[in-house]
Amino acid sequence: MDVLVIRELTAGYHSTPVLRGISLRIAKGEKVVLMGPSGSGKSTLLKCIVRLVEPWSGTIIVDGTNVLEDNVDIRKVRQKVGFVFQSYNLFPHMTVLRNITLPLEVVKKMNKKEAIDRALQALKVVDMVEFKDKYPLELSGGQQQRVAIARALAIDPVLLLLDEPTSALDPELREEVLETLRNVAKRGISMLIVTHELDFAEDVADRILFMDHGMIVEEGVPYELLYSPKKERTRSFLRTIFRRLYTKH
Amino acid sequence: MHETIFFILKILPYLAQGLTITFYVSIVSFLIGLTIASALTPLRVFLRPSLSLVIKSYIEVFRGTPLLVQLFIIYFGLPSLGVKFDPLTAGIIALSLNSSAYQAEILRSSIKAIPESQYHSAEALGMSTVQVYRYVILPQAIRAAIPALVNEVVTLVKESSLVSIIGVAELTRRGEYIVASTFRALEAYIAVAVVYLVVCIAMSQVSKILERKFKIPGYERGVV
Repeated sequence: MDVLVIRELTAGYHSTPVLRGISLRIAKGEKVVLMGPSGSGKSTLLKCIVRLVEPWSGTIIVDGTNVLEDNVDIRKVRQKVGFVFQSYNLFPHMTVLRNITLPLEVVKKMNKKEAIDRALQALKVVDMVEFKDKYPLELSGGQQQRVAIARALAIDPVLLLLDEPTSALDPELREEVLETLRNVAKRGISMLIVTHELDFAEDVADRILFMDHGMIVEEGVPYELLYSPKKERTRSFLRTIFRRLYTKH
Repeated sequence: MHETIFFILKILPYLAQGLTITFYVSIVSFLIGLTIASALTPLRVFLRPSLSLVIKSYIEVFRGTPLLVQLFIIYFGLPSLGVKFDPLTAGIIALSLNSSAYQAEILRSSIKAIPESQYHSAEALGMSTVQVYRYVILPQAIRAAIPALVNEVVTLVKESSLVSIIGVAELTRRGEYIVASTFRALEAYIAVAVVYLVVCIAMSQVSKILERKFKIPGYERGVV
């Protein structure tokens, strides 16, 4: 069964369209990487899935629930979808542990002990247990992002959405987050990841989608899309990314 | 010189009794103001702009007119409508209403200062609007508001001197009594000023202690 089905999705800000008819499916356990230039609508697409941005039209079905139906309880849907933001968005006034136990206690209605056990398990996955009593701003960006990943995992989501999880990080911190995500991917969870990390995409993705101007321009398995893209737009985008990579090293 | 210092030391206990009234007026006005501001703020944050116009007007009226004029309207003006207050009550009402307008602005701007990403993050975890505010936004906004709220108490301590004009025997009024009976205006008002200064410096220290106590660990590193 597909954990995510999107059909003909349109969305925008004020009267400016950002998504112009997106359709995609993610099967259970599938890892899909979303690439595209900035402003192409990648983040908006992710936010539409949990209605942090209200879509204009189309259909979004998460784990069998039509997200855009009038009587749907969007909070129930959000409890099944983990969301990792580019800028981590941890709650700075709470410890690492409390950042994870809070949604488990107040949203999932777990008791304190269950919540702590679950949070510690999640922190173990991202190798951050020893930092459980620290506050987010006492950690490096990479460590904060790993905690954010643990927080998203702790709710036991059917789908994990990651919005450029490494793009706010220095190169040396990126690798620790990517390594964490590789471990998470091995756990069989369905993931939709916005990233421009080519090595990571090639290792982890079952499929890569290339977006531009609010549309999916091309999609394919990593090898095919990264090394022999069919569309000129995809080729020119990848050329830019490769050039940036080579000039960096 | 010695004689001046001796005179000031002699009148300090008498002034200190007035300080009790000053504290009473300021703290009670602050708390009433905070209660009104706490009620107004959610209405202002959640209501549509057109509906919050009434609240905005209230705030503008009290911030845009002199406190002394507000005090005169309440103490000298309202009796003509049959509403009469004793000086202390009139003073507290004027200061409370005036302060509530400033405090409402402090609370609103503290809430607005919390980045949208914090709302998104909490909502994405499935929290309700009430939970988002209770656990995520307000604890951060209140921390951000502490220095400005303590500053408001300091302002009230100083502004409460205005109620001396309608006859409340607080610190400044007691200074006036001393001047009337001794004709030593300079020394008496310097003594009054010193008492205000000491109180305000002490308040700033309280603010620093509160800020330190409620500081978000790691915040000074500026890593976000």
